[in-house]
Amino acid sequence: MSGQTVPVDYSGHMLDLDEDEDLEVFSKKAPVADGNPMPNSPSSMVNQFRLEEDEPQDVNAKDLFITVDNPESHITAIETFIMYRVLTKTTRSEFDSSEYEVHRRYQDFLWLRSRLEETHPTLIVHPLPEKFVMKGMVERFNDDFIHTRRKALHRFLNKISEHPILSYNQHFKVFLTAEELTSHRKQGPGFLSRMGETVRAVANTVRGLKSRPEEFAAMQEYVDDFSNKICTVDKVTQRIIKEEREYLDELKQYGPMYGQWAESEGNLAEPLKAVASCVERCGKETEEHAHHLSEVLVPTLHEYILCAETLKAVMRRRDHIQAEFEAKNEALASRKSEQEALQEEVDGLSDRMEGSNEALKGDWFRWKAGMRTDLKSAFVSSAEKNVDYYEKCLAVWESFLLSQRAESSDQQDGEDVS
Amino acid sequence: MMAESGSSEVAVIGNVDLTSTELENNIINTMVERGTALLRRMEINVAEAEKRTGKNTVNMQETYTVYLIETRPAETIAEGGTPAAPDTLWRRYSEFELFRNYLLVTYPHIIIPPLPEKRAEFVWHKLSADNLDPDFVERRRVGLENFLLRVASHPVLSDDEMFLRFLTDEKRWKEAVLETGFQDKVDSRLKSLSAMFRVKNPDKQFTALKHYSDDLNTIISQLLRVRAKVADRLYGVYKVHGNYGRVFSEWSAIEKEMGDGLQSAGHHMDTYAASIDDILEEEEHYADQLKEYLFYTDAVRSVCRKQDLIQYELEMAVQDLSTKKQQKEELTSGTVRIFSLKGMTTKLFGQESQEQRESKLEALDLSIHEGEEAVNEKNRECKEFLQTAWGDIERFREQKDNDLREALISYAIMQISMCKKGIQVWSNAKECFNKM
Repeated sequence: MSGQTVPVDYSGHMLDLDEDEDLEVFSKKAPVADGNPMPNSPSSMVNQFRLEEDEPQDVNAKDLFITVDNPESHITAIETFIMYRVLTKTTRSEFDSSEYEVHRRYQDFLWLRSRLEETHPTLIVHPLPEKFVMKGMVERFNDDFIHTRRKALHRFLNKISEHPILSYNQHFKVFLTAEELTSHRKQGPGFLSRMGETVRAVANTVRGLKSRPEEFAAMQEYVDDFSNKICTVDKVTQRIIKEEREYLDELKQYGPMYGQWAESEGNLAEPLKAVASCVERCGKETEEHAHHLSEVLVPTLHEYILCAETLKAVMRRRDHIQAEFEAKNEALASRKSEQEALQEEVDGLSDRMEGSNEALKGDWFRWKAGMRTDLKSAFVSSAEKNVDYYEKCLAVWESFLLSQRAESSDQQDGEDVS
Repeated sequence: MMAESGSSEVAVIGNVDLTSTELENNIINTMVERGTALLRRMEINVAEAEKRTGKNTVNMQETYTVYLIETRPAETIAEGGTPAAPDTLWRRYSEFELFRNYLLVTYPHIIIPPLPEKRAEFVWHKLSADNLDPDFVERRRVGLENFLLRVASHPVLSDDEMFLRFLTDEKRWKEAVLETGFQDKVDSRLKSLSAMFRVKNPDKQFTALKHYSDDLNTIISQLLRVRAKVADRLYGVYKVHGNYGRVFSEWSAIEKEMGDGLQSAGHHMDTYAASIDDILEEEEHYADQLKEYLFYTDAVRSVCRKQDLIQYELEMAVQDLSTKKQQKEELTSGTVRIFSLKGMTTKLFGQESQEQRESKLEALDLSIHEGEEAVNEKNRECKEFLQTAWGDIERFREQKDNDLREALISYAIMQISMCKKGIQVWSNAKECFNKM
């Protein structure tokens, strides 16, 4: 019964996590090529940026501070929804004022994000929290759900505000400042055009890309693997929380039994009651620990699961742009007439492709650095919490021992035992 | 986990860097300290267990376990000298049972120490309930040694001739113990235990003791049951972390800068997941200490029952005497107060003759005299039982309070050890995450 290997045979339900046998298929290829600073970008780029992987973002440069808070229920004849307050403080000259307070609902955030994606199809736009989680049978207006969503919306806006390109986007500014968003929302392409784009993109991937440049092929592979891994880490974490809660339930039965026992004892009553109290206190620490996991690690993992999906979408769009160029290029080669007009189109598409590729490459390194920071921070925090948990429990039991040592030395001083 | 030394120590509770006084606060040491004459001159161990096969009473092959009992003179060993080779013999569980039954019958006023359980109960899922499972056999070995030391440290039981033979006379012990004829008394004892009778004036102290014993039995059973569930759940929490180990390892392969940190953190997750096995194995010893007192409650109840029986017999004897005296009175006074068929027929069909009456009186007088002697005898028996039993009960109480307190302390030590391991592993993991 060696305890050294991780047992795969632990009561059936552990095998759930083993079902992803395809995890073993992945190869240890080199990841995305090391980043050189981005070369000169096409004019469509507003802000040139250059970020080496280890270089931390200059905190002093932050000039846009956003908070999302104050969820309030709004009830109309047709529907019920939650309004969040979005507070902005900024020193940027593009903003007329230095402070703004607006109210936005989840739909508004969806609008913002889709505009950002449309404007910058190959930039990595941070994901929004999901629409409605069916899985846990969570009520839409359940306090926990709102709390989680609010935090995620706050994260979303802050991620956008930290993005060197996206934070200067017009729609973003409108989102933060306009009293009334509905008029702005009517403008521009929207849902349908995205729909069309998706269909074409799918069709293109079916037809097959001529060849994906090496770095993007590697990127794609990384994204697929990363997606798998992060999903697994999330599953494991959820499982830990579940097991801890069940452990806690048993502890809640266990502790009081020592107290019950104490009732029929004389000399033993004191240590028994002390043990009951120790178990209770450790139970509280366990509860706090599970809570911490839910508050810190789980949301971060969820975010990066959604990021992985975003990355996949970004890669698809990039592929699509390349496919469009290649298609037109082929047409140019085969058609004899309209050469000039076609050439112009092809050149335009070529520029667009190059621009998109460069944008993605740059944003890729930025995203990886951010991912590394975020996940590292979440894991460190969780490990710290674990240390803290054990330290607290240690103190509980050590104080019990001390109390017993004191008791026994009292007894040795001649106190009558019976 | 088990520190096997040449002395009579049974269980050193884990590797905890607490002061040696803590570790010395060990139940067996206490037993030896209290010191009976037997223990002063002899060291007793149950050193090993072995599997044997043989033919049983119905001539079928069976596999069973035998345990090696070692005894050696308790001399101080000179510097650099080797301890004398022990005397040894092998015994199986059923022999221990036989011996204990002998004790139960021979010393009904003593709370006889219990044997370790016959079958594994209160198991949590991983623990095997198989009697031939090595972990179970090991824990039983410890339990049997504990039993022998309990008997050896008892002021009355340690002097028993059969005990000495059990320890030293492999072949002829069984014959000798059967010759004591205790088995004849076994039946009547069993009968008395299960018989329904009501005592008119139950002894208050013994009634209270019976209730306490029942309460203790209930609460310890419940406690053990829930403890097993807690252990099961804790096992789950730790083992799931092993999956972190695996996924971190796989993930590290696709990362450049984060790879090393993830990989080494993953190893610590594996260590963490594996650590629960030893932790829970140690906790079984705590459960065993509780179980011993669970089984002790049966012995206590047994003594209470015996007291009940003796009391009942006394009451019966008194009742009997009283009836006979009544009869005599009626016979002399001629009035019939107690209905009897003979009396009725006498009334209806005429008086007896003077001669008949006188012979009857003589017989009654004799009977009354016997009755009085019986009452005196029972009275004496009752008093003696109360005295000796109560002495042992006080001794038991003190032992129980000390032992269980020690058990709780050792439980705390185990928890502390577990926490320290947790701190270590997660501090290491945190360092690795920091390197991500």
